[in-house]
Amino acid sequence: MIPAPFDYQVAATLEEAVSLIAADPDGAKILAGGHSLIPAMKLRLAQPQLLVDIARIKSLSYIREEGNQILIGATTTHYQIESSDLLQQICPLLPACAKSIGDVQVRNKGTIGGSIAHSDPAADWPAAVLALNADLVLVGPGGERVVKATDFFVDLFTTALQPGEILREIRIEKPSGRFGQAYQKVPHPASGFAVVGIAVNLVLNDDGSCKAAQIGVTGVGLKAYRAQATEAALAGSSLDEQAISSAAAQVCDGVDPNSDLYASGDYRRHLAQVHTRRGIQAAKASVK
Amino acid sequence: MPENYVGQRVRRTEDPRLIKGLAHYVDDISLPGTLHVAFVRSVYAHAKITNIDTSAALATPGVVAVYTGQDVAKVGPVPCAGALPGLKVPDHRVLAGEKVYFVGHPIAAVVATDRYAARDAVDLVVVDYDDLPVVTDVEAAAAGGTVIHESFGDNIAYKMTAGEGDIEAAFASADRTVKQRVLHRRLAPIAMEPRGVLARYFPGEEELTLWSSTQIPHLMRTQVALMIGMPENKLRVITPEVGGGFGSKLNVYAEEALLGWISMQLNKPVKWIETRRENIQSTIHGRGQVGDIEVAFKNDGTLLGLRYNVFADLGAYHQLLTPAIPTLTGLMLSGAYRIPAIQINITGCFTNKMATDAYRGAGRPEATYIVERALDLVAADLGVDPAEVRRKNFPGKDEFPFHTATGLDYDSGDYEAALDKAQQIAGYAQLREDQKKARAEGRLIGIGISTYVEICALGPSQAMPAGGWESATVRIEPTGKVTVLTGASPHGQGQETSFAQIVADELGVSINDVTVIHGDTGIVQYGIGTFGSRATAVGGTAVYIAVQKLKEKAEKIATHMLQAGSSKVSFEGGKYSVEKAAAAGAAGSSDPVYPVGEGPAGALPEPQTEGRSSLTIAEIALAAHLAKELPPDTEPGLSATYFFEPKNFTFPFGTHIAVVEVDRETGDIKWLRYVAVDDCGKVINPMLVDGQVHGGIVQSIGQAMYEEVVYDEQGQLISGTLMDYAVPRAKHIPTFELDRTETPSPVNPLGVKGVGEAGTIGATPAVVGAIVDALAPFGVKHLDMPIKPETVWKIISHG
Repeated sequence: MIPAPFDYQVAATLEEAVSLIAADPDGAKILAGGHSLIPAMKLRLAQPQLLVDIARIKSLSYIREEGNQILIGATTTHYQIESSDLLQQICPLLPACAKSIGDVQVRNKGTIGGSIAHSDPAADWPAAVLALNADLVLVGPGGERVVKATDFFVDLFTTALQPGEILREIRIEKPSGRFGQAYQKVPHPASGFAVVGIAVNLVLNDDGSCKAAQIGVTGVGLKAYRAQATEAALAGSSLDEQAISSAAAQVCDGVDPNSDLYASGDYRRHLAQVHTRRGIQAAKASVK
Repeated sequence: MPENYVGQRVRRTEDPRLIKGLAHYVDDISLPGTLHVAFVRSVYAHAKITNIDTSAALATPGVVAVYTGQDVAKVGPVPCAGALPGLKVPDHRVLAGEKVYFVGHPIAAVVATDRYAARDAVDLVVVDYDDLPVVTDVEAAAAGGTVIHESFGDNIAYKMTAGEGDIEAAFASADRTVKQRVLHRRLAPIAMEPRGVLARYFPGEEELTLWSSTQIPHLMRTQVALMIGMPENKLRVITPEVGGGFGSKLNVYAEEALLGWISMQLNKPVKWIETRRENIQSTIHGRGQVGDIEVAFKNDGTLLGLRYNVFADLGAYHQLLTPAIPTLTGLMLSGAYRIPAIQINITGCFTNKMATDAYRGAGRPEATYIVERALDLVAADLGVDPAEVRRKNFPGKDEFPFHTATGLDYDSGDYEAALDKAQQIAGYAQLREDQKKARAEGRLIGIGISTYVEICALGPSQAMPAGGWESATVRIEPTGKVTVLTGASPHGQGQETSFAQIVADELGVSINDVTVIHGDTGIVQYGIGTFGSRATAVGGTAVYIAVQKLKEKAEKIATHMLQAGSSKVSFEGGKYSVEKAAAAGAAGSSDPVYPVGEGPAGALPEPQTEGRSSLTIAEIALAAHLAKELPPDTEPGLSATYFFEPKNFTFPFGTHIAVVEVDRETGDIKWLRYVAVDDCGKVINPMLVDGQVHGGIVQSIGQAMYEEVVYDEQGQLISGTLMDYAVPRAKHIPTFELDRTETPSPVNPLGVKGVGEAGTIGATPAVVGAIVDALAPFGVKHLDMPIKPETVWKIISHG
């Protein structure tokens, strides 16, 4: 389990990182927590020429409120999010998602930005940032641009990041009103990745009916996605048992579910439906 | 005076170094100038090698040599000790010859100045293959078609029938019979530390030292010496810290001989550390049986006969014990029951896969699983409680030694006591009531029960390929410190602690004064090693008897030094004393303890005996070394060696009860309870026993619910990493409610039986039984392992 030869550079600042990868945008990879990239390199599935280490750029690791936004730096670790009292109060979906990732060692090293930029089809963060309709701030040689999470995940391990670009920040509008959130996951017994992962973000009307629903799904398809049919069925509904069940049944609409040794496509679809229903129920129950 | 250590939860003396990261595994040992080896392994399951081009690899900076099959033709074949009548033994060379037979088959060894260069050069060795049809299914292998080893004419390595009693009559006279096909999937042992070898050859002295992560240092020395053609007494095998074996290191692998041979070619130290991928691919697998169970019984539940027709998936080659493992299954088919007639028909087959061999339990978990599943099927057929069918067929506690129709004599047992205790702890009757209520509410709760017996303390030499005894030396050094050399080779079991407990008690010294040394053929007398739950029952007994021999000598010296004449000296609390009557007027218990080792530097002062009525064992040891005041014709020194040959195996037993609840919607299996009552005879250290039981149950849960080595039809290993192969984690297991009964073994003076494999043997059927029981409302009587949520979901949703 020894990677192919590569060069390694530590970036002291984000600007330096951008300029380092600009030298070889196709051969360079950003190293943050390393918990996806290094296993892939050890199996020689990834053979980058150059690793640019951004984990030591302190200014990239933060969780803060700014106006009506929550800002999370790309190298913030899963553990920092899991243990953030602020997020627990204002956006509990994030700590709930963080807590479900891997094990303690993984959460201490792995970063939210790394996970999103890697776009593993079974990673947890993509579901959460989709459900929260996050903005992703990307930096490249040409400056900064903001991409919606819904536009970011393009395909299997493929994102809107262009060669030379780095994910810098995750921006989330602070949930307001009568909102409820939940992350519902079936972890793979070996890898801990999501067999299915359902991130639910609901806003209720005063009468308890559903004002809006945003549901991110991971583990099911080649990339994480928003369950639009489910969301549409929920919006305006009474959120009674029947409404929730029939909306949840549509979670895999338009998706051909993945199949592996642990779960066939049919079973995965079923799990996604059950856990979407349970996720919506849990989110509804969490509304204060 | 120290308290009694035996029976106490003494903390493992091994643990501080392990916890602090101060222990030395093979990879922690660095020798100057070491070269590193990486292997080119087959990517095909079955292919002809048409060409190997090593030129690009050899031209790479840092690469010192590349060896292929042709270069190592003189290295002897990988040994198989499992001799059976008519067994076909393929010529298992250390590197592939004209053909490769499984994915991971080593083809070439690349030697380089560092691990990275070696690994990079592996990709530069160009191997041309002509792929051949692949045989992965064991029944298809037996049926004909592609022949793996062509000269044999077929893929059947051996056929064997065993058992006693009139099996045909049993089935002819039975009121009822049940039949069930069962699968025991291949499992990967996944020791925490993979294999690894460091070899160093001194050409001047003509001495080779191998550091290897193995369970059998002495057996390996003998075998590797034969393989590479060097005198056995010029080869030293050292097992430094070994991070688990589970049977996977009870073997002699190609890499071990190769590393030694390469070191001799290059006159340099060479090291190879297995990667996890290699570990799953090229270290032996366990289990791998497909068979049919048939049971004959009466309407009242009395068992009459049991037959097991089995195909054993041996893999492409025999490793050390490959063909022998299914025969162990045959030995244990009587389980904990009176079964008058038993027959096993084994067909051992070659397949294009890695060899199967001993994995924790080694053939016996298969047997217990078969028998316990059979009892559940009988109970279901008769509509009675599975516990009661078991109870009905137990031999009584007064019927021991109990002869089975598999030809064994169980040493001692009280199976009903363990069952009673487990049922009582579990609240069995109440559990059944709760289950009824839950079912009425639509909840799916299942209760599984296993009343196992296992065969341990392997074993009498008659039954073993290379000696079944174990050795020990106990000596007291001039300074009073006690050294124990054991031929057992603990690799996580904790015998540095438990053997010290035995010795400290027997000598009346502090456990801190006892050091247990193992795993170095240059230091320790020949031994057999650690496997088959034998180290304490056989090796511990050797230690115990060696101490008795040492004490006989110490007593003679004490009698002489205390001038006791014909009066008896007694030994208590680490001191020899002249009996009170004879020593009237002497200082008695107020004797000073002589400060051994506190004399002037370089001088060891003679113990003073003038006017004393007692001497410590340390003082006697010093006197024995100084040899100035010994009885006539006494050998100096205080040391004793004993080789213990057991007269029988031991047969631990117990009852495990598992309780699960199945999620109707998802098929998810949730733990409610796990109760285990084990009887491993006398217990030296309850904490170590608990630890062994914990680990065993966890591996059982892995087998029952998660683990499965999967090859596809092309023989590609598709469960080849720990991202796919699910080893259970803490979150997957229940809280264990453990207890014990204690039925001493008459086979050894310690009364111990062994416990290393009890968990993997006893627990699997309880776990499977519980899940099957939860699904009984759907008419389910059996499910094959690993029972995954999807399987359960399909049953619930599709019937």
